[in-house]
Amino acid sequence: MAKQRIVSTSINGNPVEFLAAPRQTLLEVLRDNLDLIGTKEGCSNGNCGACTVIFNGRPVDSCLVLAVEAEGGELETIEGVALTDGLHVIQDAFLGQAALQCGICTPGFIMSTKALLEENASPSEDEIRFHLAGNLCRCTGYDKIVRAVQQAAEGVTN
Amino acid sequence: MPRVHIPAPARDLTGGEVELEVEATSVRRLIGALDERFPGFADRVLEDGELKPGLRVAVDGHVRAMGLLAQLEPDSQVHFLLAIGGG
Amino acid sequence: MATVEDRQFRVEPFPGGTPGNQRLVEEGRLPDYDVVGTRPIRHDGTDKVTGRARYGADIKLSGLLQGYVLRSPHAHARIVSIDTSRAAEVPGVHAVCTNADMPSADHRAGDLGEGMVDWYHLNQNVLANDKVLYTGHAVAAVAADSVHIAEEAARLIEVEYEVLPPVLDVREARGADAPVLNDDVRTDRQPAGETGDTPTNVAKHFHYEKGDVDAGFAAAELVIEREFTTETVHQGYIEPHTATAFWSPDGKITVWTSTQGSFMIRMQVAELLDVAISKVKVVPMEIGGGFGGKIAVYLQPVAAVLSRLSGRPVKLNMDRSNVFDATGPTPGSYMKVKIGVDAEGKITAGEAELLFEAGAFPGSPINPGCMCVFACYDVPNGRIDGYDICVNKPRSNAYRAPGSTHVALATETIVDEICEAQGICPVEFRLKNAVKEGDERVDGVTYPPVGMWETIKAVELSDHWQSPLEGPNRGRGIASGFWFNFGGNSVVAATVNEDGTVSLIEGSTDIGGTRASVAMQLAEILGIAAEDVTPTVVDTDSIGHTDVTGGSRTCHATGLAAIKAAEDIQAQLRQRAAMLWDVESEQVEYGDGATLTGPEGKTISFQEISGKLTQTGGPVVGRGSVNADKHGGAFGTHIADVEVDPDTGKVQVLRYTVVQDVGTAIHPSYVEGQMQGGAAQGIGWALNEEYHYGDDGRLHNASFLDYRIPTCYDLPDIETIIVEVPNPGHPFGVRGVGEVPIVPPPAAMANAIFRATGVRMRSLPMSPPKMLHELLASDG
Repeated sequence: MAKQRIVSTSINGNPVEFLAAPRQTLLEVLRDNLDLIGTKEGCSNGNCGACTVIFNGRPVDSCLVLAVEAEGGELETIEGVALTDGLHVIQDAFLGQAALQCGICTPGFIMSTKALLEENASPSEDEIRFHLAGNLCRCTGYDKIVRAVQQAAEGVTN
Repeated sequence: MPRVHIPAPARDLTGGEVELEVEATSVRRLIGALDERFPGFADRVLEDGELKPGLRVAVDGHVRAMGLLAQLEPDSQVHFLLAIGGG
Repeated sequence: MATVEDRQFRVEPFPGGTPGNQRLVEEGRLPDYDVVGTRPIRHDGTDKVTGRARYGADIKLSGLLQGYVLRSPHAHARIVSIDTSRAAEVPGVHAVCTNADMPSADHRAGDLGEGMVDWYHLNQNVLANDKVLYTGHAVAAVAADSVHIAEEAARLIEVEYEVLPPVLDVREARGADAPVLNDDVRTDRQPAGETGDTPTNVAKHFHYEKGDVDAGFAAAELVIEREFTTETVHQGYIEPHTATAFWSPDGKITVWTSTQGSFMIRMQVAELLDVAISKVKVVPMEIGGGFGGKIAVYLQPVAAVLSRLSGRPVKLNMDRSNVFDATGPTPGSYMKVKIGVDAEGKITAGEAELLFEAGAFPGSPINPGCMCVFACYDVPNGRIDGYDICVNKPRSNAYRAPGSTHVALATETIVDEICEAQGICPVEFRLKNAVKEGDERVDGVTYPPVGMWETIKAVELSDHWQSPLEGPNRGRGIASGFWFNFGGNSVVAATVNEDGTVSLIEGSTDIGGTRASVAMQLAEILGIAAEDVTPTVVDTDSIGHTDVTGGSRTCHATGLAAIKAAEDIQAQLRQRAAMLWDVESEQVEYGDGATLTGPEGKTISFQEISGKLTQTGGPVVGRGSVNADKHGGAFGTHIADVEVDPDTGKVQVLRYTVVQDVGTAIHPSYVEGQMQGGAAQGIGWALNEEYHYGDDGRLHNASFLDYRIPTCYDLPDIETIIVEVPNPGHPFGVRGVGEVPIVPPPAAMANAIFRATGVRMRSLPMSPPKMLHELLASDG
């Protein structure tokens, strides 16, 4: 295996250094090296969005980012979304609207939603559906997920 | 008297009869009585004295967990069905 | 007595939902419950929105090795030899295994509760040593320090194949000249028929017959016969298969996995590895979707064998292409269906010939397909023949209402054609022909109270049906569907805590909110809040045998077990109160508001008495154990509005409503979620999803990019109308909900497409290329 490199980054506001082989994806390092298992693997080729994290303010499929590319970057994962005194408004909305069934896609949807609402605090339903089209859910038919994002948007703007 | 529905592939044994009245108080006895009238019937539904793998008995429209041991009432209706796997 | 037609109904919003979430209410009949029908936050919700819930791949153990499975590049080949020596020498490799490392299996039938398995076939599917029967068929596995090392080593395994011609189509596979996949397969005539004596791909032939079919067709004014095809599709759960196993030196095997049925995994692992079930403990992790595809073992026995060989715990994960290549699918099919109606539009006879792909080994859902094909209608004369046919594709598995979606496409589009030909409204036709209590299916079973008619009534009363659809290239279709639902074995143990809460443990893995719906049923009986029950899904050493979470059985059967556990708690608490008051327990009642009352106005609340358990004999544990056999079948009817792009053939869904009889909705949000999610899967099946095989039998689209499941941008809001015709076999009337909603969509879409374009689609998927081809052909 090729020589591992030290990567310096920030994860959920904390400075983190880790060792990564050049071929390791960010997803693999988050899950296997850093124990941040809330980021899920659904396809490992950028099709399903289950591994979505926010990288320098943008939602990315962490399976398509090499871990070494995180050097100097800022990462947000699902583990950093909840507040110390309770859930984030998006998380509350997903629970309140029953926007999850099996829940494996939920962390990715929450990260994509967070990125959306940070860019556009009051998206239309069409904008929500367009923005979330990179996240696959096989259980819900998306209806309740869209309701949750709408509820979260109201919570963000209020 | 309990009535039993003869599955289509077993009607070669019953001369085409679809539904029969059989004096029996349990599914096991019903199969025994049918086999006396229509030799070979038991072989179609039993293996080593148990219902063939996957075969189920429904009494009054409900697949009975008790299988051969299920009790029959005078007005019971009995069906032989295959196990159905859901998703 | 008033007939069903005289009853008065209305459609109104279901409390607590959004405006699109409605219910059918019969005048004078509203369910009256405290907890049932409310929408509490699910108990496992916070873990799932914070990333703390642990799914199959999330297990970490000290000394854990990672594995990789080598798979066949051929669709059909005989294995001549396997040489693993070079792989075993790679630094970092700890074990290499093949089928030779598993005990040999013989042809015996295993009963997985809801379905059957032949142990030899399952053994060969887990790791082949005789023939490979599809691309992706597992042949060997490696455990190493990392998955990358394991993969590199696996590529050094030398497998010599004698490549054989594949057969992929059911009609070809049943022909006399077709290559035979399994030389041990004989045609088994079911139910209660004889078994053939020559090797064949036709594993089963089901035959059902009722009445005088020829006379029924002779009496018809209109007879329509059509042929249909559907392609192989996958359940498409987002979580790939995964298994971790540790074979301890004391002989105990622990398996951590994501599964619909931990007890079924225990049984399969024990059988395939020839150990007692008590030596196997299955720890169910959270499961990222199953839909029928996570019942059979794939990786679990292999991980256990690698663990035995290495002495270390071993984890095996599939990647997405493995999931498509080697798991899942539900069959492609060929169907020929004929229906006759009299001048008044009443069905006189039905006939069906159904050919389903079994995949590599026997076991397609052809039997339920046969039993569902005419299940929605009162068909006085019927003949059904169904064939389970092996082809060189993965061993088929259950997928949500297995077999019923296929046959609904056939029956429901013919019904629509009849309506068109006779000038009858599709709602009126269905109201006239819908099955009711006492009607007999072609397989001979008589219906108990069912809600088919009520779902049609709800369609008729719905805003969707009553709103006109305007514009070019647009059309509206409806279709109905049926599933049996199921009961089966479930166990619940519930412990009363000193603070007046209850800890509930169960064996049903929770895929879509059943912790909540089971806990709510216990709470309803005890008169406490849903939030005061803490449900936990436990491993196979910690609770009694519980069947799979599948077949829409969990809310019904595990709910029944929870109800029994609650009643057990009530009985014990009455004794405790009697002890406190020095009276007989018969004098104590457990009444509303979670209060026990005794003679002379004595009362004590559930919470108060929970604090007095140690002084009255110790903790109270309620037990509920059932093998439920009073499940209730259910029907759904869907309304689809579509617009077809005449230039591209793309079908856009404009509006969609799911109407379904669920018996009683315990947690309406998760009932609606099942209805919406099932519909979305059905829409994907209708419009896009299919396995693309080359002539060499290789799967060409084993990724989510190329096997395209619906995204949220593809779908509209999915409206729901919950119909509640209680199941007499459950105290609250639960029927089950998950299966039915996948059944009607392809037919509803096909009927809508016809209204939009004048083109009848009889082949799934109705994807743009096929749609455009038909549009152009109809223009010419």
